[in-house]
Amino acid sequence: MDFLTITLPISGVAINPLLLVLLGVAVGVLGGFFGMGGAWMVTPALNIFGFPMPFAVGTDLCHMAGKSIISTRRHAKFGNVDVKLGLIMLSFDVVGIEIGARAVMLLERFGLAGLVIRWVYVVFLALIGSLIFYDFIKKRQMDKSGGDQSKSAITWHETLHKIKIPPMVNLPMAGVQCSLWLPATVGFMVGLLAGFLGIGGGLLMMPALVYLIGCPTYVAVGTDLFTIMLAGFYGAFTYGMKGRIELLAVVIMLAGAAPGAMIGTIATKYIRGYGIRLMFGATVVCAMVSVILKQMGQGGAASWVIMTAVTLMTAIVAIGMFKGAARELRERRLSHEPR
Amino acid sequence: MRVRGRLRTLVAGLAAGGWFPALAAAAGEKQEKLVHVADTRGLSGFNLYFADLYNTNRLLFTLETIAITIVMGATLGFVMDKLVGMIGLDLSKRDVKE
Repeated sequence: MDFLTITLPISGVAINPLLLVLLGVAVGVLGGFFGMGGAWMVTPALNIFGFPMPFAVGTDLCHMAGKSIISTRRHAKFGNVDVKLGLIMLSFDVVGIEIGARAVMLLERFGLAGLVIRWVYVVFLALIGSLIFYDFIKKRQMDKSGGDQSKSAITWHETLHKIKIPPMVNLPMAGVQCSLWLPATVGFMVGLLAGFLGIGGGLLMMPALVYLIGCPTYVAVGTDLFTIMLAGFYGAFTYGMKGRIELLAVVIMLAGAAPGAMIGTIATKYIRGYGIRLMFGATVVCAMVSVILKQMGQGGAASWVIMTAVTLMTAIVAIGMFKGAARELRERRLSHEPR
Repeated sequence: MRVRGRLRTLVAGLAAGGWFPALAAAAGEKQEKLVHVADTRGLSGFNLYFADLYNTNRLLFTLETIAITIVMGATLGFVMDKLVGMIGLDLSKRDVKE
């Protein structure tokens, strides 16, 4: 396959473009399905492919913004994007990111940044994973005992909605009416953690929207993608000005991400919200295992866990989408056939 | 005493000459380049234009990169929508619930 290798004009990295297309497809599928940018998988993958780290981050942010346009557009047509909620959360998110980043600088002065960040990351991933699995098990028990099917198992948001500090906001797409300070505080906390952990924040934003704001899973996915798109463009601008974006790689990855994002987004049409939450929980656990392995100096095993998880999840989502689409087409054909 | 003094001078000389700093640097992580310049030799067309722009006007390079990303994202999204629509899937509503 050496004849396919190209040398990227800005970074000078020699790479097989097929690898970039496949990475684009995988991150497109998972990003469109879970509502996240996927920096936790793309940045290490690009680094493994030979990109220097700053180029890997800058190229990923730019590609993430482009890919999120495709997914957000599709989710918006399904009625899954709450623009008002996204804008409120994003404006407080950036303040949190700045404070989180300053906390990292402070820790760096004491030489503790790497260690503390990794373990805080592991603790949060463990908490999110446990919360999602607990929610799933409780929901199944509720369904078996004949409870209200439309009700969530974890209802923290109902308690939070009782806080009526003005001004109140109505978020029609999310079906939520609450104090403005609720999404503002949640956005700030997510930003603080994202800035501290040095991650995009989709991994934290999606469960926060579901469990703390009370969004349906689909609206959480769509709104999260909307904020990721805006944050991605801001990131692309700053990294572009620092000269750390490889445009050709962005273009090639977008060509793969376009069908991937479509598959991931349409899959949310056929897979139940709780199915999305369960798969998201499994992905979070894999990310946690990978961080622990990296902390133990097992970088190769950590990359292997991430790549295997990404491949498996991509395959499961794609199969779910194709099965659902085949069923829909079959039902439509039957309903049009003369009796 | 003389031999010991010469040894001490040799060790100090080696340290000052770069041995110890080199060892210390080898223990740390590899540093990234602060200023990066794209090598335009052997490039042509789209690649040459963007590599030149990268080297000469960083702001314009950034703005054009973002513009291309937006146009590509919007166009690919539109094309994919049309393709999926041609297959016959209904992309206007969702039936499944939580």
